[in-house]
Amino acid sequence: MSHDHKPGFFTRWFCSTNHKDIGTLYIIFALCAGIIGGLFSVMMRAELHEPGVQYLVAADEAAGVKGGLLGAAERMAQDALTMDSSAKVDARGLPTDNGQRDGQLWNVLITAHGLIMVFFVVMPALIGGFGNWFVPLMIGAPDMAFPRLNNISFWLMIPAFALLVCSALVGVGAGTGWTIYPPLSSRLGQDGMSVDMAIFALHLAGISSILGAANFITTIFNMRAPGMTLHRMPLFAWAMLVTAFLLLLSVPVLGGAITMLLTDRNFGTAFFDPAGGGDPILFQHLFWFFGHPEVYIMILPAFGIISHIVSTFSRKPIFGYLGMAYAMVAIGVVGFVVWAHHMYTTGLSVNTRAYFTAATLIIAVPTGVKIFSWIATMWGGSLRFTTPMLWAIGFIFLFTLGGVTGVVLANGGMDLALHDTYYVVAHFHYVLSLGAVFAIFAGWYYWIGKMSGRQYPEFWGKVHFFTTFIGVNLIFFPQHFLGLQGMPRRYIDYPDAYAYWNQISSIGAYIAFASSLLFVLIAIYTLKWGKKVEANYWGDGATTLEWTVASPPPFHTFNTQPVIKGDGQH
Amino acid sequence: MAEQHHDEHVTHPFHLVDPSPWPLVASLAAGLLAAGTAMWMNGFTIGDLPIGAKTAALGLLGVLFVMWMWWRDVIKEAVVQKAHSPVAKIGLRYGMALFIASEVMFFVAFFWAYFAAAFYPTEATGFVWPPQGVHTFDPFDVPFIMTLILLLSGTTVTWAHHALIEGKNKDAAKALAITVGLGVLFTCFQVYEYSHAHFGFNDGTIEGRDIYASTFFMATGFHGLHVLIGTIFLAVCYFRTLKGHFTATSHFGFEAAAWYWHFVDVVWLFLFISIYWWGSAGAVAGH
Repeated sequence: MSHDHKPGFFTRWFCSTNHKDIGTLYIIFALCAGIIGGLFSVMMRAELHEPGVQYLVAADEAAGVKGGLLGAAERMAQDALTMDSSAKVDARGLPTDNGQRDGQLWNVLITAHGLIMVFFVVMPALIGGFGNWFVPLMIGAPDMAFPRLNNISFWLMIPAFALLVCSALVGVGAGTGWTIYPPLSSRLGQDGMSVDMAIFALHLAGISSILGAANFITTIFNMRAPGMTLHRMPLFAWAMLVTAFLLLLSVPVLGGAITMLLTDRNFGTAFFDPAGGGDPILFQHLFWFFGHPEVYIMILPAFGIISHIVSTFSRKPIFGYLGMAYAMVAIGVVGFVVWAHHMYTTGLSVNTRAYFTAATLIIAVPTGVKIFSWIATMWGGSLRFTTPMLWAIGFIFLFTLGGVTGVVLANGGMDLALHDTYYVVAHFHYVLSLGAVFAIFAGWYYWIGKMSGRQYPEFWGKVHFFTTFIGVNLIFFPQHFLGLQGMPRRYIDYPDAYAYWNQISSIGAYIAFASSLLFVLIAIYTLKWGKKVEANYWGDGATTLEWTVASPPPFHTFNTQPVIKGDGQH
Repeated sequence: MAEQHHDEHVTHPFHLVDPSPWPLVASLAAGLLAAGTAMWMNGFTIGDLPIGAKTAALGLLGVLFVMWMWWRDVIKEAVVQKAHSPVAKIGLRYGMALFIASEVMFFVAFFWAYFAAAFYPTEATGFVWPPQGVHTFDPFDVPFIMTLILLLSGTTVTWAHHALIEGKNKDAAKALAITVGLGVLFTCFQVYEYSHAHFGFNDGTIEGRDIYASTFFMATGFHGLHVLIGTIFLAVCYFRTLKGHFTATSHFGFEAAAWYWHFVDVVWLFLFISIYWWGSAGAVAGH
């Protein structure tokens, strides 16, 4: 019997209990969801390309105007093909709307974009995808601790995603923002089925996350190869361990919050209704008690990936390994006690704001430890600027920028002015879109040879990096200016004074999206025609256990666990 | 196991599970349950046909069916295939402990809602807690009996544990039966209590929406659901004890049920102290 016995197609991909196959499913899912979520963001930038409302207009049968998402998409496609804007101007030459503006449709777009990117792109790619693939490989384990639970974690994403996408298509859609604050998300704010569907989508995605978290923690604690103490464990495994604890302890609180929202909407409870003695601010507390750990859930796995890549392409062990590991632990722990910095404008007392400001600023310390350790790793290293290394350096640069604006926003006094402006949008896209997503691409280019056995084309990988780098910076850097000038986020239109930087930002979005399509082509090319690679195609710098198995690895790896000696692993 | 047999060189001590259809079926069923419930809550119809409740019921049946089949497989792996090596059992322990930790955080959300309302009463509650006009239960009436029932059941489940360890499976079954009976008794008392509530959903001493009833029923209701789940879990252990699935050294299924039961018990103690007792000061019905 062959060493590499695989089950038949249906059993292998639909009934899987194999961490590598489930990881692959997650990556494919995240890629598909990413294209949909990316399309939504391009639609938003197209609408904001010029002042006035061009595309997101309500249906008008008399004038033959189609409404809704599809109508908007049709108009955008037409303008894109003719390379000509349909923006109208009035008699004075000022921009004016193309019809009855549909603000709800705008809100549906931002909601779908946010929820899709957080729950169905970044988390599945980093945790479900790379986590599943490489945590067992890195710790020398034959699989995850609970292979069947692993599979339900993946498959729950499908109905969750279906519910979320359908919620945008039925009725008026869920236009609550990803934060689903009541009263906007109450019956009073939005009647109809959409918000309930979005809530259930989060329930299912939440169950998936909790089960996955328990699985990762158990795997890491119970299945490490002999000799691999926690202090010899690769940093990506450390990152996943901390991430899993954050998920396990924060997601159930979101579950409770949205359950209360659901009963407020449907069964007459009063949790968030002041008329019955409830309080909408309570929802914000519960949401951000989850939501703030959630942002670290998205970035910690990225930290892990970047550590490996920087070390590999500097051909040096990571600088300050233990400091790097415990910095992530510190970020995880402190991340639980800073949530109200998202709520400075809700009328928190001065003392409360002072505490949350101080606690939040403290997070800059372990984060700084990480940034400086990456730089110190590169210092004096023999650097190779391969595609994954470019993404990793891009990550360090742009994440630092986003981190610095985070320090600005952490100050309660500053935030009163900047809250809900584009400055905040710029900040969190620098840490997520230019941080977490850069790490996803970095990880993809770093490991695709390992996962598929075929290497990506280096030249096109670099083209992808530079076009994305230019595109996303064009999108988000000007948004700092817009925010400082006072442009509010989550709105379909803006005064003419903001037109200049909005136009630049939109052009950046087109470049970035085109670059994403290039990535799809690169991915297809790699899987079909990429050069075949051996076990360790990165050479001396790549020291973790995944480089000791073939590329692609056999169906079952580590039937005999390796024995780890000494401190050479990380 | 089948796959492991193909490979002569497996030396690791872990349990690699065979491919299974249940995760896929469970996910689809959960999707139906969610979509159906959303449709049902919003009176969604196709033509004139209200399909929400039926879809949800189908989804629920599917979920229950998968639970049966999935755990049947787990028990087979444990009892027949002897697939749970000592180190795999440690993994199961981690898994159960972590699951309970996540459950604790789920209840944190409801306690948070309760204390937020109780510590900062608003105009709507007359700036007092419990809210003006709410007649709460006397904590040392039925709720105290319920407390004693759960505490007693905690001792009987420990009796069952010690009996198992000493190989006295008949005693263990007896103790488990008593524990399950106490669980059912608790649920009966809760049904009785709910039907005699002087607030909220029942006869509405406060007009319309009411934060006291909301927090009370949400917290005690979810606890009640967990009692139900725990009772079923223990009942399964009762039948497994009769079938001789448990030995003096190997009975993690039972231990998981016992841990879960203790967790449910501790949640109740917090509910009793903070909602029934502390939260009723000065406004006890009939006093």
